[in-house]
Amino acid sequence: MLLAVGSLAVMGVALGGILGAAARFLAVEENPLEEELKAMLPGSQCGQCGFVGCGQAAAALARGEAPVTLCPPGGKAVVEALAKKLGVTADLSEHEEKLPEHAYIIEDLCIGCTRCIRECSVDAILGANKLMHAVITDVCHGCKKCVPVCPTDAIIMKPIEVTVGTWHWSKPEAAQPVVH
Amino acid sequence: MKLFPIRGGIHPDYRKETTCEKAIVAMPMPSALHIPLQQHIGAPAEALVKAGDTVKKGQLIARSQGAISAPQHAPTSGTVVAVTDETAPHPSGLPQATIVIEPDGKDEWAELPAPIADPFAADAQTIANRVAESGIVGMGGAAFPSAVKLNLGSRHKLDTLLLNGAECEPYLSCDDRVMREHADEVIDGARIMAHALGTPNIVIGIEQNKPQAIEAMTKAAATFSNVTVVGVPVQYPMGSERHLVQAITGRETPARKLTADIGVVVHNVATARAVQQAVRFGRPLLGRVVTVGGGAMREPMNVDTLVGTRVSDLINFCGGFASQPARMVNGGPMMGQPLPSLEVPVVKGMSGILALTAAETNEHPVQACIRCGTCVTICPCGLVPVEMAAFIRKDHLDVAAKLGVMDCVSCGSCSWICPSHIPLVHYFNYAKGMLNAQDREKRKNDRVKTASEAHTLRLEKAAEAKRAADAARKAALNKSTPATSEEASA
Repeated sequence: MLLAVGSLAVMGVALGGILGAAARFLAVEENPLEEELKAMLPGSQCGQCGFVGCGQAAAALARGEAPVTLCPPGGKAVVEALAKKLGVTADLSEHEEKLPEHAYIIEDLCIGCTRCIRECSVDAILGANKLMHAVITDVCHGCKKCVPVCPTDAIIMKPIEVTVGTWHWSKPEAAQPVVH
Repeated sequence: MKLFPIRGGIHPDYRKETTCEKAIVAMPMPSALHIPLQQHIGAPAEALVKAGDTVKKGQLIARSQGAISAPQHAPTSGTVVAVTDETAPHPSGLPQATIVIEPDGKDEWAELPAPIADPFAADAQTIANRVAESGIVGMGGAAFPSAVKLNLGSRHKLDTLLLNGAECEPYLSCDDRVMREHADEVIDGARIMAHALGTPNIVIGIEQNKPQAIEAMTKAAATFSNVTVVGVPVQYPMGSERHLVQAITGRETPARKLTADIGVVVHNVATARAVQQAVRFGRPLLGRVVTVGGGAMREPMNVDTLVGTRVSDLINFCGGFASQPARMVNGGPMMGQPLPSLEVPVVKGMSGILALTAAETNEHPVQACIRCGTCVTICPCGLVPVEMAAFIRKDHLDVAAKLGVMDCVSCGSCSWICPSHIPLVHYFNYAKGMLNAQDREKRKNDRVKTASEAHTLRLEKAAEAKRAADAARKAALNKSTPATSEEASA
């Protein structure tokens, strides 16, 4: 009996010591999950989630402090990818799937103040002081950060139009179940 | 020549007899021509004319943009009425930039590029450039810019140019008529293309239900030892390039690869003729032969039509409708797409206009799958349609992609054979469209990421430069201050 208690106590102390030492010497500085989550996010640092940038949002996600539905520009695809990675079921009932948009500058109202240019995190707005600004729609990812800074409300969001090149067939209707 | 079997396939009723025995009829000049700027796969062309301009026949009116694109030419002389958005000959019915020309009736030619005197002495690039500037695209239906395919010789080791004259779609007989009536031009075009590609062999594959075409082509090819005309079995989809290559060479194209990766380039017979016209006479692609058919047409026939002719004008030329069509189809009945309206123009890739009666469309309500497995047996690509459709129905597109939905050629054999009338190929077209859209979105996200990183880098650099400038100014100030104090003391 004493032998059993003794040997288990010795084993406990020894293994505990190894674990303690390992935790100290082999510690990982950063949560590796954070990096993976960061790679899944759009990376445009738009700040719509309420965090400063995608890195901070990834950190909050890794700590479990933010919902997987936090990223509006990422859409359903990002929500699903994050949910799969974190092993949670995404609550898509609150999530409203919106069509992709791009910013558009109403040229009649633009006074060329360059405020939107400074706000744009992907350099998608072209223009100079007191000269007309324009949005490069191919680069704009629709984060809407430029909309509130415009002093003349010259920026609106427009849906990205479907063209002959991007159109595709919609899902066919399935057979109605037969009721006997 | 030894042939190889292809997997699966179906044997629909061919119904070509209403048009295939009639000679091609040229259509008189319509009152207006509507030339869409995108008639091909790739980037749309850029208009070079505006309303009010006068144009000559064959004049360049829109130039190609980018590596995969094709220019457009004026099909006749006249005045540009408008450059505007009009309904595209596309199932979506979305608007598309279109140049509208009012013919002046003179049909006066513009100055054309000089004919290439001896194409067999010219280098490959000269021929490919001529084909590119002539606006030639694949005329079998896919409308891929032909010049891009003629440049494949520089990157791939090619041994065979396969000319596709299979025409396996029911009703269509435009390629059949072109081969019967213009065999010499087709063979000449094929030899020019083979020269550009650097392929020693030319094989022309024609389905055995076109004996006159086989005979005409064999006769025209008799003097050339490297040209072989082969009658291939009548089996839909023999005209799919991958399947034709397999039937003739026995080589199977790997998934998501090109036939060029296994040494074969496939061009349509009508494309070969267009290449011949461009190289020998400098004529750009201005028109094509279109099969106007279907049970609801009064006089089905093959019509030599200018690009831009309204489908309604074409139908009126063929005597109009005998009965109200249940469905209008652009292309063949198997792979063709519904026409959104009759007020759309004929384009370079349009092989047929079919006015089908209700009896011909044979539509039935969808019923539940009975697990008969026929779709698996007949799938020419070796896929499992029943399983893919089940996953797509529940939007598990990633699973469908793993099952190979992207390798589906949309031949429609599964939908045709399904006893429960399940629109299988519709599911696959939906899945392919969705997967492509997701791919585009992913690429856009990558672009956004790069742009965002570049933005941060730019800001950092600007801040760094500012700091350096500040430091330099301070240093300069420090240097000059002692000097001024010295001056003051002096």
